[in-house]
Order: sequence, then structure tokens, then C-alpha cells
Amino acid sequence: MQFKKILKTLLAITGAMIFFLLAFPTRVQAMHIMEGMLPPSWCINWYVISAPFFIYGLYRLQKIIQSSQKNAKVMLALCGAFVFVLSSLKLPSVTGSCSHPTGVGLGTVMFGPGVMSVIGVIVLLFQALLLAHGGLTTLGANEFSMTIIGPIVGFLVYKLCRRFKVNRSVSIFLCAMLADWSTYITTAFQLAIVFPDPHAGVMAALIKFLGIFAITQIPLAIAEGLLTVIVYNLVISNDLWKETALQ
Amino acid sequence: MNKRTKTNIILLVIVLLLIIFPFVFVHGEYGGSDDQGTEQIKKFAPHYKVWAHPIWEPPSGEIESLLFTVQGSLGTGIIAYVIGNAHGRKKALKELEHPSQKTSASAKK
Repeated sequence: MQFKKILKTLLAITGAMIFFLLAFPTRVQAMHIMEGMLPPSWCINWYVISAPFFIYGLYRLQKIIQSSQKNAKVMLALCGAFVFVLSSLKLPSVTGSCSHPTGVGLGTVMFGPGVMSVIGVIVLLFQALLLAHGGLTTLGANEFSMTIIGPIVGFLVYKLCRRFKVNRSVSIFLCAMLADWSTYITTAFQLAIVFPDPHAGVMAALIKFLGIFAITQIPLAIAEGLLTVIVYNLVISNDLWKETALQ
Repeated sequence: MNKRTKTNIILLVIVLLLIIFPFVFVHGEYGGSDDQGTEQIKKFAPHYKVWAHPIWEPPSGEIESLLFTVQGSLGTGIIAYVIGNAHGRKKALKELEHPSQKTSASAKK
């Protein structure tokens, strides 16, 4: 039964995806914002905006580590590992270019949106320092899109789905998928504000950047949603975690 | 095989199809460099000067793929350990609680 629902959702999304593909065909690599690609004032701006979320994340992390919840620390490690794996996979997409999933959905479902801002920074730092992927100056901006907006969107979607009694697997799928997708939509916004189209303005630039980031990401977001459901199912069926924990 | 395992396998197959699909039907360049993402910016703002550069870059594509693999396998290792450990513990607990069912349970599989 749950599988049928997932299939239906998938079909609907595939339809939307094909529409978008036909509407804006582009072939550009979609990634985090690279080092030095934002002017200094914007780098500082995103750092300042992200900082309170990061501090809240630390507070949440401390709460979870101190809580008596069974397996809480192990599950934190698992969520971090999941982000590590997914963000290391550069996957091909229907636009003929590659991008990678974010993996923040799993931790969001288990711990709420706060914790991911801390776990996410570790992964972003790893990639910025060792892989020249993303960057230290743009860390604040990437942090904002991947570990703040993504998890918040995912968390709201998950809560809303559960409120309306949507099946758990479908809720998790939607949470992870939309967390992933909204990350790249945010990236498109971040770039469009700074680099508007010289002739047509911010909106035209936004459409262009959305074409680059959001479209490539659609099939990857679906894949990420499904992978998150698989791992979460394994966690639940092996008695590692209860859905009601910490919620 | 229980129902959950079956669902997981089906989901995994869909993931594989999603990833393989572009290779079969779309002839793109797949990859190239990360600089492609910044090309659009250069079009909009040709005079923008990139003011910071990565402190360290992997010296070659091989080293970069090594580091990406390390990142991925570290994570996979942790996930596999945690889930494998829990799976074994659950199984052992079941057998402790119902020692008589041990033979019938293993016969079923």
C-alpha cells in the first residue's frame, strides 16, 4: 500500500520534472557556491544570518547528547555519516550534468531542523578544505542553503504530512526530497541577488540560475528521498529508534 | 523475505533507474569542471573579480576522486556498522527470549 502511494507521488513529480526540462533546457554543473564567488559583504552577510541557527544547533546537539533517549548519540553519528555519503556522490542528471544530494533529510526527521546546521558545517568544511568544493568565504551562504533552509523546509513538510495522516514513508520521502530541492533553489536565489542579469534584472537571473540548479536537482532529490526512506526503514525495523522519540 | 526488505529493494532499484536513466537517454558532458557553474556568473557580471581561492586543491583528478571515495566510504562504514550491529543484537535478543523457536525461525529462512 505504502509503495503504491510512493509510486503515485513519483509519477506526479516525474511529470512536473519533464515539464520543467522542456521549459528550460540548460547544461551547467550544479554545485555549492564556489570559493570567492560572492563579494565580501555578502559573505559576511550570510555568516551573520547563519550564526544564530548554528548556535541553536549546538544547543540542540547538547540537549540530545545529554538526553536519556536510547541510541541518541549513535543516531547522530548515523545522520552525520548519511550526509557524508550522499554529499560525496556526484550523480548524473537529466540535464546532462552532475550534482550531488545533500542528505540532510534523515537527521531532520529524527532530530528536527536544528542539529543539521552543526553536522552540515562539518561536511561543508571537509569539502571546502580537502576537495576545493564550496569554500570558506562562501561557507556561510552554503550553510544557509543546505543546513538551514533545507532542513527547515523538510521539517515543515514532514510535520504537515504527519498532521494530515500521510503514511510515514511518504512523509519522509517528501521531507528529504524537498529539503534537497529547496537547498538548490536557495542557492539560485543567493546568486541571483548578487549577480542580476545586466539587462533584465534579478528575476531573469533567478530564472536562469533556477534552470541551472533546481532542474538538475529534481531527479537527484527524488533519489535522495528514496534513499532516506530506505535507511530510515532499516533504522526503525532494527529497533534503533522510535518515531516518537524527541518529538 | 519480509515486506520491508522487499520495499527497500524496490526503492533501491528505482534509485538506480533514476541514476542510469540520464546516461541512456541524455547525451550530456556529465561533469567537466566545477567552473561551469560559475560561467553563468561571468556572463552576468563579466567584471567580477574572484577575490578568494581555495587554500588547497587536490593536485589531480585521481587525488580528488580518492578523497571523495574516502568521504563516502567513511560514511558507509559507519552506517553499515550501526545498522549491522543493531540487526545482530535484535536477532540475538530474539533467540535469547525464545530459544525453542530458534530452529523453526532459521528453518523458515
